[in-house]
Amino acid sequence: MPILDARDVHGGYGGMNILNGVDMAIEADEVGVIVGPNGAGKSTMLKAIFGLLHVSQGEIRLRGEPIHNLSPHQLVQRGMGFVPQEHNVFPSLTVQENLEMGAFLKPANVGRMLGQVFAFFPPLKDKRRQPAGELSGGQRQMVAMGRALMAEPSLLLLDEPTAGLSPRYMNDIFARVREINAAGVGILMVEQNARQALAIADKGFVLAAGQNRFTDTGAALLADPDVAKSFLGG
Amino acid sequence: MNELVFFLNNVVIAGSVTGSIYAIGAVGVTLVFSIMRFAHFAHADIMTFGAFMVMLLATAFPTAGAAIGVPAALVLLPVAMALTAALAVGIDRAFYKPLRAHGVKPIVMVIASLGVTLMLQGLIRLFSGTGGQSLYVDDRKEIFRLTLPLEGVRVPVVITEPQLYLFVLTIACVVGLHLFLSRSRLGKAMRAMSDNPDLAQASGINTHTIVAVTWVIAGGLAAIAGTLLSLDVTFKPDLSFFLLLPIFAAAIVGGVGHPFGAIAGGFVVGFAETLAVFNWGVLLRPFRDSLPEWLAGAGNLAFVGTEYKIVVPFFILVAILVWRPTGIFKGKVI
Repeated sequence: MPILDARDVHGGYGGMNILNGVDMAIEADEVGVIVGPNGAGKSTMLKAIFGLLHVSQGEIRLRGEPIHNLSPHQLVQRGMGFVPQEHNVFPSLTVQENLEMGAFLKPANVGRMLGQVFAFFPPLKDKRRQPAGELSGGQRQMVAMGRALMAEPSLLLLDEPTAGLSPRYMNDIFARVREINAAGVGILMVEQNARQALAIADKGFVLAAGQNRFTDTGAALLADPDVAKSFLGG
Repeated sequence: MNELVFFLNNVVIAGSVTGSIYAIGAVGVTLVFSIMRFAHFAHADIMTFGAFMVMLLATAFPTAGAAIGVPAALVLLPVAMALTAALAVGIDRAFYKPLRAHGVKPIVMVIASLGVTLMLQGLIRLFSGTGGQSLYVDDRKEIFRLTLPLEGVRVPVVITEPQLYLFVLTIACVVGLHLFLSRSRLGKAMRAMSDNPDLAQASGINTHTIVAVTWVIAGGLAAIAGTLLSLDVTFKPDLSFFLLLPIFAAAIVGGVGHPFGAIAGGFVVGFAETLAVFNWGVLLRPFRDSLPEWLAGAGNLAFVGTEYKIVVPFFILVAILVWRPTGIFKGKVI
């Protein structure tokens, strides 16, 4: 059974539909990557899955259970984690306090999970008493991902984790995403850096105008000349 | 030396008293703003309500504190704090929560809180009458006079019993608040929600709980401030008129959203008030012989008369909004 199974999802803001029937399924041990042009509904789809957007039609299942239109708070309890693209840390809280907030629903886990997150992102350990607002973009992204990991999610949604990062940090983040996945967390991420992202993807979803254009394995999408021509810049 | 003692009594002690009350009130205003993003105008009336609860309780159990030698009002304060906290949560459920659920603009919430002000004030007036009443129902207000052991000092340092309680409770509140916000899970969640409410929700923090906790703290602190003010002077149903402006000035001076800024702001406003109404002529008296006639002859050299004390926070508010709208600690702009 797929960990996430979304079928024919329609939704949008204030009566205007952005998603016009999106299908998306990934297994518990997979990395799924959503790519596509601006305005295709990539981030909107993540928000719809995480209950931040009203789903007017279709259904979304987490481990077979319908979850569409549950609140983010309930989804965190069910093992979903979400890292927004922007405003994804608490700037006035220290790094460690940011991480603690991630484990708000599981306070008993804080000590153990802090150790794990610091092992994933060693730079954070030295900065744990520093306010997150003072960190660089790449380190903030680590705090944001670390915060989501603190709740021990089984599915992690990442909205453009490498946006605005230098190539060095970008490769670092992709490597971390693979490691997190190897540790048993299903990943669904939206990415602008389509080639690098598809290279680590088990499943790729190319969206355009709120619908699936191509759905295949990451490798197959990269090899497909139509995908390359229309969406990967030749 | 007598003049310096006079200064001590009328500025240092009086300023600390006023400052403490404003500080505790302003913390509530700033906490409510940082979690719910609106200026809660009814906060001063919640302070009055706390004092009113103490008055009712002290009238019902006038000898509650006799056994340990403190006024009944002080022993019953925790009960009044709980009742005031419950009132604050109740008001939120009844009036603000439905508005929030509709996603109204902050200004609508502000106007709603103005309505709550009028309602609370009318309600208190209905039961307490319009006159002033002492919260010392069955006890005697102790006044301590300390004559400094210095030559030529005849004027004593005067401090009253409720002022001592006020200082102790203010320190306890500040320390308690600091520990709560920096150490406890709920306190950190409050700061997190103040930083970024959406991310707080995405982290699994139940924002409804945080809102309720905020009202409990704001209400409890309001009860302390209102009660200690009423103990020091008298209880009046329209106390809030003299509190509203100073506590908002204090919250803004300190930087809205910063609890410790609000405390600093409270003392800034409190001391500014007492310095403005202090008769500086007193300090010139020892040098009377060497001063020019026009200065030595002046009777009262205060900046403003005591009856116009309320204009001081107003001026501070205008000045800070013009020159530094984010306050001392770079808060949010209301």
